[in-house]
Order: sequence, then structure tokens, then C-alpha cells
Amino acid sequence: MSGALEQFRAETRDWLEENCPASMRTPMPPEEVVWGGRDAEYANPDSKLWLERMAAKGWTCPLWPAEYGGGGLDSARAEVLAGELARIHARPALTSFGISMLGPVLLEYGSHEQRLEHLPKIVRGEIRWCQGYSEPGSGSDLASLNTRAELHGDHYVINGSKIWTSYADKADWIFCLVRTDFEAPKHQGISFILFDMASEGVSTKPIKLISGSSPFCETFFDDVKVPAGNIVGRLNDGWSIAKRLLQHERTMISGFGLAGGQAEGGGASETTVESIAMRYRGDTDKLSDPLLRDRIARFRIDSEAFALTSRRSAEESEGGGPNHISSMLKYYGCELNKRRCELLLEAAGNRALGWEGEGFDADELSLAREWLRSKANSIEGGTAEIQLNVIARRVLDLPDLTGILRGKR
Amino acid sequence: MADSLLLNEEQELLRESARGFCSERAPLSLHRKLRDSRNPDGFDRDLWRQMVELGWAGMAIPETCGGYGFGHTGLGLVLEETGRTLADSPLVATVLLGANAILETGNEAQKAELLPRIVAGELLLAFALDEHIVHDPGRIETAAVPRNGGFVLNGSKTFVLDGHVADRIVVAARIGGGSGDPENIGLFLVDAAAPGLEITRTIMVDGRNCANIVLNDVAVDAGALLGGSAVTPEALDRVLDIARIGLAAEMLGSIEEVFERTLDYLRQREQFGVPIGAFQALQHRAAEMYGEIELGKSLVRAALAALDDPASGATRIARLASAAKAKLSEVFFLVSNEGIQMHGGIGMTDEFDIGFFLKRARVAQQFLGDAGFHRDRYATLHSF
Repeated sequence: MSGALEQFRAETRDWLEENCPASMRTPMPPEEVVWGGRDAEYANPDSKLWLERMAAKGWTCPLWPAEYGGGGLDSARAEVLAGELARIHARPALTSFGISMLGPVLLEYGSHEQRLEHLPKIVRGEIRWCQGYSEPGSGSDLASLNTRAELHGDHYVINGSKIWTSYADKADWIFCLVRTDFEAPKHQGISFILFDMASEGVSTKPIKLISGSSPFCETFFDDVKVPAGNIVGRLNDGWSIAKRLLQHERTMISGFGLAGGQAEGGGASETTVESIAMRYRGDTDKLSDPLLRDRIARFRIDSEAFALTSRRSAEESEGGGPNHISSMLKYYGCELNKRRCELLLEAAGNRALGWEGEGFDADELSLAREWLRSKANSIEGGTAEIQLNVIARRVLDLPDLTGILRGKR
Repeated sequence: MADSLLLNEEQELLRESARGFCSERAPLSLHRKLRDSRNPDGFDRDLWRQMVELGWAGMAIPETCGGYGFGHTGLGLVLEETGRTLADSPLVATVLLGANAILETGNEAQKAELLPRIVAGELLLAFALDEHIVHDPGRIETAAVPRNGGFVLNGSKTFVLDGHVADRIVVAARIGGGSGDPENIGLFLVDAAAPGLEITRTIMVDGRNCANIVLNDVAVDAGALLGGSAVTPEALDRVLDIARIGLAAEMLGSIEEVFERTLDYLRQREQFGVPIGAFQALQHRAAEMYGEIELGKSLVRAALAALDDPASGATRIARLASAAKAKLSEVFFLVSNEGIQMHGGIGMTDEFDIGFFLKRARVAQQFLGDAGFHRDRYATLHSF
């Protein structure tokens, strides 16, 4: 490692030592995740301090240019920073769809003015974003979407509705796919537009899920006025941006697959599937159920291979963003996380099947809820079947049946 | 800092040259010819001489021992390419198993005598370990009893790769302790012509050449014992793990080849007026295989890199070796079966090549421990 990089590591370590509050180096309970936004709530006051300090250095988005509020780090320094954060088990200072989804496409497709307006607020966690993609009639066939944006002078008037909008009821702004050409083929009449959720005519309604929680909403637009300049990229060219953003989303979701254990195999963490299984089964040195043991071993090997593949994919793209492997990682990562949840449920027997009340501790109750939540992994961000389609067509270069049939008609 | 999983320029060049050589000089048609002609060696000696001239026999042997110092990754890349064309050669038995056993457990004199001859292609080896129908290094019963300053060996070995052509056979035998005792195993270099040694070639389903070996009062002198004493369980594990990882690399090459051949067929074969690869039922299965292969490739790369990293501990290597052998065995099973199914009737014909991969898959899965063996070992290594 070069001297400059070593020096950066030393400085980073010192800075973190001084600036990362002690409580930010402990495991993060779900209610303390920091999403930012106008109405941000901090269950732990240290979270606010930690966010402000990290944001001041641009380190909530270390790779983004400093001119837009980011850290301006090269990939080597960003890796050092990530390593130092991991070393002290620092919590993420900020979790946001602005960081993981919108920011990267604004950097690629947005105008300088749009970047200047939105990126610094994302870095600082001032604006919380939500994603207006799916509609009641447009799930896997996303490009069939019907939300209309009609130009009236210097602004668009938007009418329609979105569904599965994660945290729409808590978000400040939305990045949204709308139809701006009603005659063109479905992929060619879509635009990518940004607007304030506080605009007149926007309303949201949370949806209760099988896990009992309501992270997703129905979102309605009733004559919402949006300045024409809020379109990102070219008019009617929103589909290419939409797909690019999906690659970023899939990369983020594929991270679920890393929950099963790190590449280096790790130590005897208390939260691994095997340690939980041994605790519940009362086994000390070896799992007594040989079939469960074999399934956990297979899961662990796949998790290890998956973590290595994520790393290899990142090395291959050299920080150039998602590549052709991202659909595969999304698919596999989600399947792995579902397998992990199923194994935990099986390992803990009837202790994992409690819904609420006194008979179960908090960890046990979360096993069932997490298992139910995991079923969405292979639906959100493009279903497992859509990922397999993408792999078959884009990566394996297999023929497109729809195209062939259309040609024959 | 973790090892990179990418190949460097030198390694890329090595792989390209190995790929070019295999497709030109050791294509699948040569494997077929050797089988059809019932070749007594099971490989082409002239081809082996050319591989030796390319340095393949000394690929992973350090320069200080007369080799070329390309590391385990270097040898792994060559094996990946020979796996693509199912090239028959002494690479696995002599170079991957035999040479590494000497390198890891031999004393200086043994290394100085034997390794340069291996690099020069003058010496063929076999590694005789298994005694049962499945791989079980914990149950070695062949006995080595001290006599006249040397040893006398008695027992039987099976599934000995290249046992019928080797000049010397590395025999794992028990110097003391009982069956199941991981200690007290010695590795003996036995001359193939030694009195009392009965070698019977067994022609396997994949054309790979194995032998059953019976040792009846085979006398060896004290210098035949590698390292001059019993090997530690860790040292024996390391020799086997190096071979398992190399074998996983060879399996990866075969898997990639059978997958690419199958994809080509899906793009070309038409039924109902369209290429069958346009059907979603086949597309999704192909896409799933792609994911499994990518995961397998990462394990192979990581395991080879770990072998070449002097900082790797024995546990890390053992875990990666078992993960790689278990995963690649499963993936080879999947992809070789799907290869036949997706080719349909033509895949069942001997005239078509795809069946060779199915046959190799099962032999490679069994050799040095199948997926079940390695998942059990992986779980034990992770304390569950």
C-alpha cells in the first residue's frame, strides 16, 4: 500500500476515534436506523451527531464529487474508509434511497443544476426520497405504467397512482416514472421526474403486510403541478434511466444475501444460523440433527461463495457501478436470505412461530416477522423471474421469444 | 487486505496460452481417440512431452526446487483449461498430487532428487490413499512395519489415478496406531516394479485411468519414507487440500465448457419454429446455472489465491478447499445433467461429445471426497 494511502488510513482512524460516538459502535436496533428527512426522528441523540459529523466530511457518500457535497474520495481511499468504519463496527450514519438509488443516476444523467440542488441534501440527510415505480396494473410489466404527466406551459400536471412505494408516507420528495407520450410504444413514452411530496394533490395510504408492518404505501397523484425542469435526462427517455436505477436498487437488495456470513468465514458469531440452531437444539460441539446440519453447511458455503462473488464483481467493475452480474447477485442474494430465514425458523422450532405476547422474547418474535418480510425479497426491485429473464437475455444472449413472435406476425 | 479475486496480466496470458494449446493440440477428439483405441497409457506421451516443454509439470514448483514458480493459481489455470477439453495427461496424478506431496512432506534430499525429474517430465507418479469405496483419509489400514532398517508394506489401495503408468507410487500407510487414528500415517515412495506390488488397471466410466493396488510384503528402505517420519494430520490435509482445490479448478473448466456448449445448442436448435433457447422454461434453468457457476468460480479463485498467500492459516485453506470441492461437485452434477437434458436425444448418442462431461463429472465428484464428505468437513471446521 502506498505511503499516501497509509497516511489517509492513519488520519481516518484518528478522526473516527475522536468523532464516532461510543453508542454508534454498537449493534443498531431497527428503530435507530437513520433515514434523515425534514421530519427526521432520532431515537438516539448520538445518531444525529454522528450523521452531522460524517455529512460535514461528505463521508455519507464518500465516492461522490466534493462539489456536490460528497467525500470526493477515489475508490482506494473509499475502501480504506469502509475498512476503518468496519473495524470499529460503526453504524451507517445514514440509510437512504437518495444515496443508494437516486444519487448515482443523477450523477450519470442529471444536469449540473439538478445535481447541485439535490445531491448535497442527500449527503446531509436533509431530504428523504421515495421511489415511484410500480403501479396497480404495472408490476413486472413496469413499462406499461399509466401515470400521466401532461405539459401545461412551464409545468406538468400529473395524475395516476403508484403502489409498493416504500416509506412514501415519510418521504419528502419522490423520483417517479410518468408517461409523457401517450402514442409512442410503451418503452419510448416514459420520463423520469422529481417532485416534492408536499405538493398539492399528493396523498399516501400505508399498506399492512403479512409481517404486520406497513413499510409500503399506495400513493395517489391528483392534478399535481410539477415544474417542467424537474425531468431528469431527455423527455421520453426515462426508461433507460429507470433501468439504470434498477441496477443500483438490485445491487442494494443483493446485499441481503451477505447476512449469512462474511467471505472469510468469520468467528463464532452469536447471530449465525448454526450458532442459533445449536443454542435452541441444546447442542454443544456438533449439531445433532444431521439433515439440518447438512442444509446449514450448504447454506454457509453458498453464502461464502456469494460474498466472494460480490467482491469479485466489484473488483471487475472497479467502482464503475453495477455490471452484468448485478441481476444474478440480486436473484441469488434474495434466495439466500430467504433460505437463511427458513433455516432459522426450522432451527428454533416452535419458538420461532410466536406472533406476539408474553410467551416469546423479542428475538424470537422477530424471527417470524423477518421470515415473513423476506418473502418480499424476490418480488421487490424486479421479481426473481424477471431477474432470470434479464440474465438469460442480456448475459447469456438467449433469443427473445416475444421479439421472434412479433416479427412473424 | 484480502487477496484480489482477479487475475493479473501474467496469469491472463498463461490462461490464454493454455487455452490455445488445449484447443489445438489436446481437443476433445483426442480424448475420444484414446478411449476408442484403448490406449494402454490412457494419455498421449508425445502430448505430455509438449506440456512439459511448456513448463506445466513445474508450474507450481518453486524456482528454488527447479520449477517455474507460477504458484498454485498458475497450475489451477492450466487445469481449468485441460478441464475444458478433458485433456488426458499426468497433470493431476504426477504434478498436482505427487509433486505437491513431495514438496510439502519430503526432506531436502528427496526434493532435490525427485522434483527436477518431475519438472523435466522424466518421472510419473501416482498417489495411493483410498482403500474404501468412498474417500476416507481417516481410515487408512495399509500397514508399514519396520524391518531391517526399512519397512514392509501390506494392504490394498483403490481408485489410484494413473496407478498403471506411474514410475513411483506414493503410498499412504500406517506406521502405528489403529484405524481411525489421524496420526502415524507415513507417505512411502514405492517403485512400481517392486516385488510384491500388484497393479491392476481399472478403466473408469470417464476414461480416466485408475488402478487397484495390492501390497504383499513390499519391502522399501528407510529413504522411501517422505520426510523420514510420519506426516502430521495437518500436513496430509494440506497435500489433499491442494489437490482438492486443483481438482475443483479442473472441474470449473469442464463446467464452463459444458455450459457454453449447451447455450450454443439452445441458440441453434429449432422446434416449433423458434430456437428452443427462446423458451422461458429453459432460459430460467440456464440463468440459474449461470449463477451457480459464478459462485463456484469465486470459490476456486479464492482457494487458489489462499494457497499462494503465505499468510493463509491451515484452517482457512481447509475451509476453502472443502467449500470449493463441495460446491463444484454440486454444480458439475447440475450442469452435466442439464447439458444432457437440454441437448435432448442427440445428447444421449456416443457420437456427440456432451456425454463425456457427464461421465467426468461423476468421477471428479467422487475423487478426493464428494459434496457430502466436504459439507460434513466444512461444518466440523466451523464448529457445528
